[in-house]
Amino acid sequence: MEHIRTTKVEQVKLLDRFSTSNKSLTGTLYLTATHLLFIDAHQKETWILHHHIASVEKLALTTSGCPLVIQCKNFRTVHFIVPRERDCHDIYNSLLQLSKQAKYEDLYAFSYNPKQNDAERLRGWELIDLAEEYKRMGVPNSNWQLSDANREYKICETYPRELYVPRIASKPIIVGSSKFRSKGRFPVLSYYHQSKEAAICRCSQPLSGFSARCLEDEHLLQAISKANPANRYMYVMDTRPRHRVQSWWATQKDIGRIIVRISSKIWNDEKIRESDEKKRLNAMANRAAGKGYENEDNYSNIRFQFVGIENIHVMRSSLQKLLEVNGTKGLSVNDFYSGLESSGWLRHIKAVMDAAIFLAKAIAAESASVLVHCSDGWDRTSQVCSLGSLLLDPYYRTIRGFMVLIEKDWISFGHKFSERCGHLDGDPKEVSPVFTQFLECVWHLTEQFPQAFEFNEAFLLQIHEHIHSCQFGNFIGNCQKEREELKLKEKTYSLWPFLLDDQKKYLNPLYSSQSQKSAVLEPNTVSFNFKFWRNMYHQFDRTLHPRQSVFNIIMNMNEQNKQLEKDIKDLESQIKQRKTKQTDGILSKELLNSVRPESPALKATLSLKEQALLPVNNVLRTIEGSSPAANRYSEYADEFSKAEPAVVSLEYGVARMTC
Amino acid sequence: MEFAEMIRTGQAQAELLRGPEEPPLRGTLCITGHHLLLSPGPQATPDLWLLLLRNVDSIEKRVAGDSGTITLRCKDLRVLQLDIEGVEATLDIARSIEALSSLESVITSFPFFYRPKGLRLGDAWHFHPPECYYKRVARETNAWRLSEANEDFSLCPSYPRAVIVPRAVDDSAVARSARFRQGGRFPVLSYYHAPSGTVLLRAGQPLTGPQKRRCSEDEELLRAVLAGARPGARGFIVDTRSPQAAKQARMTGGGTEAKAAYPGWKRLHRPLERGRPLQESFVRLVEACGDLEQSMDRWLNRLESCRWLSHVKETLSTACLAAQSMEQEGACILVHGAEGTDSTLLITSLAQLILDPLSRTMAGFQELIEREWVQAGHPFQLRCAHSAFSHARPKHEAPTFLLFLDCVWQLGRQFPLSLEFGEGMLLALFDHAYASPFGTFLCNNEKERCLCEVRTRTHSLWSGLSQPKEQRKLRNPLYVPNPLAIWPSAEPQSLRLWQGLFLRGTRPPEPSEVAWEKVWQIVTDQEKTEGSQPTDSASEPGP
Repeated sequence: MEHIRTTKVEQVKLLDRFSTSNKSLTGTLYLTATHLLFIDAHQKETWILHHHIASVEKLALTTSGCPLVIQCKNFRTVHFIVPRERDCHDIYNSLLQLSKQAKYEDLYAFSYNPKQNDAERLRGWELIDLAEEYKRMGVPNSNWQLSDANREYKICETYPRELYVPRIASKPIIVGSSKFRSKGRFPVLSYYHQSKEAAICRCSQPLSGFSARCLEDEHLLQAISKANPANRYMYVMDTRPRHRVQSWWATQKDIGRIIVRISSKIWNDEKIRESDEKKRLNAMANRAAGKGYENEDNYSNIRFQFVGIENIHVMRSSLQKLLEVNGTKGLSVNDFYSGLESSGWLRHIKAVMDAAIFLAKAIAAESASVLVHCSDGWDRTSQVCSLGSLLLDPYYRTIRGFMVLIEKDWISFGHKFSERCGHLDGDPKEVSPVFTQFLECVWHLTEQFPQAFEFNEAFLLQIHEHIHSCQFGNFIGNCQKEREELKLKEKTYSLWPFLLDDQKKYLNPLYSSQSQKSAVLEPNTVSFNFKFWRNMYHQFDRTLHPRQSVFNIIMNMNEQNKQLEKDIKDLESQIKQRKTKQTDGILSKELLNSVRPESPALKATLSLKEQALLPVNNVLRTIEGSSPAANRYSEYADEFSKAEPAVVSLEYGVARMTC
Repeated sequence: MEFAEMIRTGQAQAELLRGPEEPPLRGTLCITGHHLLLSPGPQATPDLWLLLLRNVDSIEKRVAGDSGTITLRCKDLRVLQLDIEGVEATLDIARSIEALSSLESVITSFPFFYRPKGLRLGDAWHFHPPECYYKRVARETNAWRLSEANEDFSLCPSYPRAVIVPRAVDDSAVARSARFRQGGRFPVLSYYHAPSGTVLLRAGQPLTGPQKRRCSEDEELLRAVLAGARPGARGFIVDTRSPQAAKQARMTGGGTEAKAAYPGWKRLHRPLERGRPLQESFVRLVEACGDLEQSMDRWLNRLESCRWLSHVKETLSTACLAAQSMEQEGACILVHGAEGTDSTLLITSLAQLILDPLSRTMAGFQELIEREWVQAGHPFQLRCAHSAFSHARPKHEAPTFLLFLDCVWQLGRQFPLSLEFGEGMLLALFDHAYASPFGTFLCNNEKERCLCEVRTRTHSLWSGLSQPKEQRKLRNPLYVPNPLAIWPSAEPQSLRLWQGLFLRGTRPPEPSEVAWEKVWQIVTDQEKTEGSQPTDSASEPGP
């Protein structure tokens, strides 16, 4: 690799991120084509994938060496001290090159080889079949059909080839509508609720300008509302907040006065009219710029709803602030909470959740179809549609269902993973934690409904790991067309089969598919239900974690139970068999002898029991990270003259990365 | 005094709202000397609803038309609403509740009348005397003895009759040391850490005063502590006040140990909040938790400005510091603040939970509370007179014990397998500390308890909690004995608001309770299958 100037540096120190007394581990740093590897004196390995590196920073030279701070996209932060400045400089420059690739072909996925043959790889890609998924939902049916309009990506480049539209929407209507919508993203089906016959549709904002209207678009919306026999009106959700356009609006007062005169004739819902008067004005401002929202004068039977989710730039800087706060050394409780507040992160999470709840309610309670859009319809729209479906349909709360959901609402509908995750050296303004927010919302749901999800937190964290890792092809590229051009299915592997193989690790032992009263989740979004997701943002800061895993224990118990029950059945059937064979007289004695002491089944059970208990003991022996030295209880640390040679047991989740 | 005088009305028709998700309860409302009763009639389930009047923290009445509404805010942080027919009845009931809930006399309180079926008076009171703990210590070391110098409570009214002191110090020296310490609280053994041979002591502040007085017996006592540990042992005095506050205390006769007078001991100041600021913090937190409409920013802002979690963090890290010095540095620890009955106990009891696996068992935890809180003289009656809703001017109220329970809850979250008791136990302790049919938390110290004959005339909470039907609620199904010390993280990211308590009044019963039930089920299933497996299969082939 031409970028690697030096492959090995010895006597490097790894600092504990939060330690005030500069505790450190000494070891050797290796630079490979794909990973940065640190091996400490205890032979513990820390692997960092180059693609995970978000930023590398070289700090001012100190007496002990040259500090190098690496921030990762999976929220790992490592702080090295390299003894010689030249080495540090070399590593720094190499990492700068390696962490930002210019071409897709240089990403890890194109060289990653998990030793599968082509057939296996192909089967992996076919694991999730969206056509199958639409069939599961119940489309096509008498109201919805598969449209071949976009089969060649001619109408919309960022949509998938196969799109579902109302049966009565003809091709000219679709084409007309797509010309009226930003990036050609016309209204299409995202989720169909079979029993309510209502649909979640998605699109981008209309390019309505001032007076312009588009009859085809109006027809298409009509068609969507007609495709729902249960309810004649439908909702149009604009996921953008009003104040985004407010400042711009202030400079456009004249236009404003004209627009105010446009009255709302068709609005039949008093409540919505009042509360949204202001929001409408602002969206109108957007419209004056040629972009905006539907002029409701032209659409009948439609209720407009604005929900305030901020744009990608606000979200990016919000996360930035959050990370700054929780990365502070010696953070006080007050600074933590005021930082959490001023970052606005949880407020944004709540906004996304509220929007999804509105969507789910419209469908579940009113049987109304909903059309969701934001600006381009690939960020906020994806968040709201996918979360809404998750609330409505228990299938998406299973491991496979969740994969399908991501595949459908995020990957196929063109969420720009490569740009949002910064896979390539591109515009930093396009990077934004939109998908991370989605995962966090799901995590909040798992916290509120501990029995509703088949998967656990580790599953969410692992998916988050891989949207950035570029180890698998799924998240590379920005839309299906691009992915096809990159020939990802031929050159890379799909993540999902690997996750399914490892399914055991991701199961929620408390999951029960029957116990839920209703299939629809109704989360409570009172402010105090939103918590800082420590296991995401401090995934690698082991000293901050609970040290014992309840999940593992319950999992073990559950398995043990099943095994034991099976053994009981086996033994009983053995007994029955013998009973029939043997004569009454000698039966009981012999049976007792043969079953009790030597039964292989029983022995197996006993040894199994020991095995199953083992992990429990392991947990006990090494309560992870629980050592007084690793925690910083005191600024009086120097009071103790003979400070222990601290063994900071930073356990890095490494192996997963190289699976 | 006759309760009847305070009861203005016998009964009324009322509807009770208990929380967001619970169905309203309709029936006849009744007031007795200690209880508010609602009887929905014989067919209904439950057929009787009961509230201890002592549990009422504040009462608010409103009348409109020919009916009224009474809102009762309870000390256990629940909020109840009563809709009552008739204006007069409403006002009478409100006045009766007001009068009866604020009775201060101990011996007319409900524990003296409570005679539940299945419990015998005097049971469980003998569970955890200091003698019992001394036996444990004596098995490990010979350096300590049980002193009965306080037999008649003359040395220190807030200590029990028997305390553990260094063997090398006789009772007369102990008596003189008591005179040098606030409230007579001379240094006594709180915990002996066998693996390192170090000890944890607690005391009141030394009465050095502006003249910087000294007391040779007190100095002797602490010297004997170090000598008894091991040759060359060092000690730390953890003062729970700031250096300034400790210095200021000299003006009022208090103070802190002078360096020169106590060789081998080093003083550390870890200021902890106490008294009124702590109570205010509690009140503001509960206020914030009652507001369902607030925005995210406002909520986070209030969570920050009430400072409750800061107190949790400071308390936990101070306790860890003490525990760490003992286990890792082999140092002896003396903890004191001013009186030595509040933050001092917080630190000594938490340090034991961190270090001592026995104190994390069900029995050990009860013993710890009995020994380190009840008998160590935490003034429960003064501190828990009012909870977070009361409008009464606060006098001595402070949620010190609640802060302890919160810290234990945080430990339990970080080490979910290491505590034998569950969240239910902590909630029960909180409830009973503020209003209880049991006598355990009555009065302020052992002397008062003896005067009121609490031990012979009331039931002990520990016997109440040992009833089999309570166990599922109180125990942690996942407990596995853990012989190690548990070192929690005290970083703000690791601490959480104790929702199960603070959001009790506002949150519907949680799905997590269902999940808890499921965990229990898995655990009992396992025990069942394990237990039944060999016998079932062997016994089946009968004659």
